[in-house]
Amino acid sequence: MYPVAMTVNRKDIAAEVEGRTLLVEFLRETLNLKGAHVGCDTSQCGACTVHVNGQAMKACAMLAVEADGAEVTTIEGMADDAGALHPIQAAFREHHGLQCGFCTPGMIMSAAALLEENPKPTEAEVRDHLEGNICRCTGYHNIVKAILAASGQKLPPVAAE
Amino acid sequence: MYSFEFSRPSTIDEAVAALAEEDAQALGGGQTLIPTLKQRLASPSVLVSVTGIPEMQGVCRDGDALHIGGATPHAVVAREAAAHFPGLAALAGQIGDHAVRNRGTIGGSLANNDPSACYPAAALGTGATIRTNARTIPADDFFDGMFGTALEEGEIITSVEIPIAEKAAYAKFHQPASRFALVGAFVAKFTGGVRVAITGASEEGVFRWSAAEEALSADFSVAALDGLTVDPEGMIADIHGEPDYRAHLVAVMTRRATAAAT
Repeated sequence: MYPVAMTVNRKDIAAEVEGRTLLVEFLRETLNLKGAHVGCDTSQCGACTVHVNGQAMKACAMLAVEADGAEVTTIEGMADDAGALHPIQAAFREHHGLQCGFCTPGMIMSAAALLEENPKPTEAEVRDHLEGNICRCTGYHNIVKAILAASGQKLPPVAAE
Repeated sequence: MYSFEFSRPSTIDEAVAALAEEDAQALGGGQTLIPTLKQRLASPSVLVSVTGIPEMQGVCRDGDALHIGGATPHAVVAREAAAHFPGLAALAGQIGDHAVRNRGTIGGSLANNDPSACYPAAALGTGATIRTNARTIPADDFFDGMFGTALEEGEIITSVEIPIAEKAAYAKFHQPASRFALVGAFVAKFTGGVRVAITGASEEGVFRWSAAEEALSADFSVAALDGLTVDPEGMIADIHGEPDYRAHLVAVMTRRATAAAT
């Protein structure tokens, strides 16, 4: 077992983990943060995306012990302490950016990373950025629309409407 | 996943010492290795993470070459190489998806030598030099068939020296499920001639297309490639493409890369 200390959603935590414990298992099973989802077993779906030191990473393709000393943000840390939704979360609700909701945590964490780096992305940039996040319900259009809305841009007519 | 020990040294010497243990395995960003471990396709005794070694991080320019630390993530190369070598930066910026690029490393990609990976094309297409803890290896001697390299047990890529081309571009035909290259071509023009490296096509892994190199060295234009084809014999056959399709793509992607570079 290895000691790990990290900040998760603005809270300092310390625990012991096995070498093989994935970050997503640690978040879900030890910290009981069930927001990061495991949608595949091949690290391709992006549903487990979290931020590690401000960068989007797949929590299923990283060991918990590798996050020792890091600052981790999951979907549970996106709303503020009073519970007000993050603007991207609010935009997903407003624009129906989810149906079953399984991919949504990863979509929102990916989108937040994009807007951090590129606050006014084009529709093509949003779609390109989401290549590692798979959604089986929405057909992506409302997800793209929600992210563009969250960026404060006037919504262009989204393809296939 | 099978159980393993974990070690995260902060110097190259410590990493080399840790890798001396039987069945030890170096861990870069883990974007291939961790999924492999999850499938129980590997069972290392100890994983030695090299991402905590400061001297293996970063991009710096030294004259006509870029030195890239072996544990530098793709996203950092995409960002920091852009002003010096846009063709290389663009290649790094198309690897996998953004989360993979934040974590995966150049050294890990080269050491794994996936036959469809992008970085082997850049290394071979520029005539890069791979530096390890023990020696330097020219890219022409480094890649040794699908998933094979010249690396010895316990040897780690500490940095990669990439000569900056006068003109270069990478054209990648994306395989959208894996986001690897179905076929990718890296074309680079240097004072001494043109190099063309192809990934994703051959059962032998990345290779130089010498006929295209000769044609482009004589005349660096798309028209110089007219009529050039590669033999489908020895090309990869899988559910995504037959050998003749891949052979066709080799010519198409080389033309696109050349068009983008000129």
